[in-house]
Amino acid sequence: MYELAYVRPQSLTDALAMLAQDDGAQALSGGQTLMPVLRARLAMPTRLVDLARLHELAGITPAGDGIEIGAATTHHDVSTSSAVRSVLPALAGLAGGIGDAQIRHRGTIGGSIANNDPAACYPSALLALGASITTSQRTLAAQDFFTGMFSTALEPGEIVRSIRLPACDKARYIKFRNPASRFALVGVFAARLPGGYRIAITGGGNGVFRWQEAEQHLDSGGSVSAIAEERLDIGNFTGDLHGSAEYRRHIAAVTVRQAISAIT
Amino acid sequence: MTAITLNVNGASHAIDVEDRTLLVHALRDTLRLTGAHIGCDTSQCGACTVHIDGRAVKSCTVLAAQAVDSEIRTIEGLAKGADLHPMQAAFREHHGLQCGFCTPGMIMMAVDIARRHPRPDDATVRAELEGNLCRCTGYHNIVKAVIAGAAAMEGLA
Ligand SMILES: Cc1cc2nc3c(=O)[nH]c(=O)nc-3n(C[C@H](O)[C@H](O)[C@H](O)COP(=O)(O)OP(=O)(O)OC[C@H]3O[C@@H](n4cnc5c(N)ncnc54)[C@H](O)[C@@H]3O)c2cc1C
Ligand code: FES
Ligand code: FES
Repeated sequence: MYELAYVRPQSLTDALAMLAQDDGAQALSGGQTLMPVLRARLAMPTRLVDLARLHELAGITPAGDGIEIGAATTHHDVSTSSAVRSVLPALAGLAGGIGDAQIRHRGTIGGSIANNDPAACYPSALLALGASITTSQRTLAAQDFFTGMFSTALEPGEIVRSIRLPACDKARYIKFRNPASRFALVGVFAARLPGGYRIAITGGGNGVFRWQEAEQHLDSGGSVSAIAEERLDIGNFTGDLHGSAEYRRHIAAVTVRQAISAIT
Repeated sequence: MTAITLNVNGASHAIDVEDRTLLVHALRDTLRLTGAHIGCDTSQCGACTVHIDGRAVKSCTVLAAQAVDSEIRTIEGLAKGADLHPMQAAFREHHGLQCGFCTPGMIMMAVDIARRHPRPDDATVRAELEGNLCRCTGYHNIVKAVIAGAAAMEGLA
């Protein structure tokens, strides 16, 4: 590890000040992405501001007919929360399948969405469910928050505080797992909301996206078996050593059909 | 250097570390607790697994400073004197190791599995061990050992 400074603010106000004062400062939450990144020197902030114990970022609370999850909530705590399991079981299932048990004990929802890895699990759930994200400055809709691979609408020094999600018992996340990295090679979050079907796909390579054509097809009474991969824009997929763009697109369409079948 | 206090295996240790020091390095190099091993640089192998506040974590993916004000438990803190912890005894009994490199991480993970799943079945143990790699055993005897060790921890064996 290269030389850096670590600070642990006692409040959100302190944390914001520490991030604002120093151009080289970066937020640290569970560290389950950031530590490997720093060890590999893919990023080299000079100061880490630890958000993990801030009470402003903690807790899972009912919000309207849905739920609000503090940014510093670990994947383990989301997966085992009785509140999440009762109003949004698909999200508990998603959280329980991230990485491995040790990663889930420290990694957080806020860190995952701020990072927006193109193969991360949570962004697909937030996009499909039309979640809203409250930061230290404002509230953003998921579709405005995720802006491409490893990119979000967050300004420098802006901190994710909480994520608000609607209740939904007709939702399913299916992850086609890369067995080596434990990330999604392709992951699909499908939901049936009062306004219609929602399908979000992660792992394509260019960042999480919705498959609106398939949503409309289902909303107008189309059959699951007619959801054809040729109608999925190949531009959403890239190839690498784990699979070609065509392979990913094929797996995505198969997984969408499985996820939709599971909720209809 | 920053002066910090780490609570490890029930004792508090005042040590000087750099802010960048990973917990696994503080344990191994400063406290000379060399049970936690370093098997990768990608947070994937689990050889470095220890408990922070009762939960299994990868000590190569946590700064020592992040663990201040927490309870840390390492493989060295399991046995009571000459008496092995039931999970350690189960690994010996069921031959759950060959070279032993992955073993401290496996056993710390196994104790965590037993805490959350008092009578785990084969599939549960295999899924829970996803974050612990072993290059020698093929896992069969590790899985047997975890199931037996969990039962022993419940006082049922
Ligand atoms: C072996 C392994 C397997 C994994 N498998 C998966 C998987 O299958 N699916 C998956 O989705 N993820 C996976 N991950 C990633 C894991 O989920 C991380 O926990 C997560 O991506 C980042 O969360 P964190 O709390 O650890 O964030 P950190 O690593 O602490 O931070 C990540 C980034 O977010 C920023 N940040 C953190 N918190 C905030 C905040 N509140 N506001 C603003 N910015 C913030 C940081 O500055 C940093 O840029 C895996 C990781 C590993 C090591
Ligand atoms: S050394 Fe491999 S996961 Fe920590
Ligand atoms: S016993 Fe050799 S790595 Fe597991």
